[in-house]
Amino acid sequence: MSQADLTIGHPTGQTLGPAFAIPTKKLAMWLFIIADTMTFAACLVAYGFLRNGTPDWPRPFHSITNVAIMTFILLTSSLTMLIGLRSARAGDKAAAFRWTMITAALGIVFAFLHIREWMGLIDEGMTMFKNPWGTGLFGASFFSITGLHLTHVTGGVIALLVVGVRYKGGRYNADDIEVLGLYWHFVDLVWMFVVPLVYLLNLTH
Amino acid sequence: MTTAEDHKSDGIGKDLIVYVCLLALAGLQFVIAYQNIDASQMFTRMLAVACIEAGLAVLFFMHLWTEKRAFLLFVVIFTVGVLLGMQYGWTDSFRMVTGTPFAK
Repeated sequence: MSQADLTIGHPTGQTLGPAFAIPTKKLAMWLFIIADTMTFAACLVAYGFLRNGTPDWPRPFHSITNVAIMTFILLTSSLTMLIGLRSARAGDKAAAFRWTMITAALGIVFAFLHIREWMGLIDEGMTMFKNPWGTGLFGASFFSITGLHLTHVTGGVIALLVVGVRYKGGRYNADDIEVLGLYWHFVDLVWMFVVPLVYLLNLTH
Repeated sequence: MTTAEDHKSDGIGKDLIVYVCLLALAGLQFVIAYQNIDASQMFTRMLAVACIEAGLAVLFFMHLWTEKRAFLLFVVIFTVGVLLGMQYGWTDSFRMVTGTPFAK
């Protein structure tokens, strides 16, 4: 994005920057992230409310292995996203494309592990409305929160593929990678709250 | 968007340090999960660690630290304000269990 795009001409010869002196696309992504934070926060607060107020809340998770691997993959994908952005800023198009695709691949692995975990729980008899361990509210809240997060991951992977390919083709630039990176880090950030609240607090001891 | 100087001044080393810190903090949450403490203490400790993780991710991975101070303050104050506003109803969740204050 050129400096001309960032500033608005003024009759006095001075220039006026955009709101908060950051580019419009980036500001739009930040506003989306703030709004989405409220969505996830509302879901997690509602979940906490239900968990706190329900005596027979189930603790179905026996192992942390799967969720630990998923956390490691998502955190690592944030690092690869950063490396991709640095490559794009440095003008190394091939490396930026490669790291963006690696990030997308890690997102796909995360989604695969997530769905595999869902299938395991469904095989044990858990649905949206009932489960063998306690209140049926658990299934509804678990699938809603993790499903919302998985939807974000899936959307992020699609966006990574599209932006990566178009960046390679010259239609997008490093700024677009940066804006997408903000979204991807946000998805990672949300997971940091989902793991302790939804998984770790419901471990079988 | 972010200036070239910003990216030159902080290399990949800082990103790696933040990444390792995030991994360590995530690991700490798993350690807390196996501590022999009651659920409320566990919840408080895990939430505190998650907030530190989120802070690191927002400030360094999402580069909020290098944005204009006015924007940083806007994001932090607005987000924290709304999140705190969501906490007003927690006492009701206890009422679901105890039946007070409305049950006789």
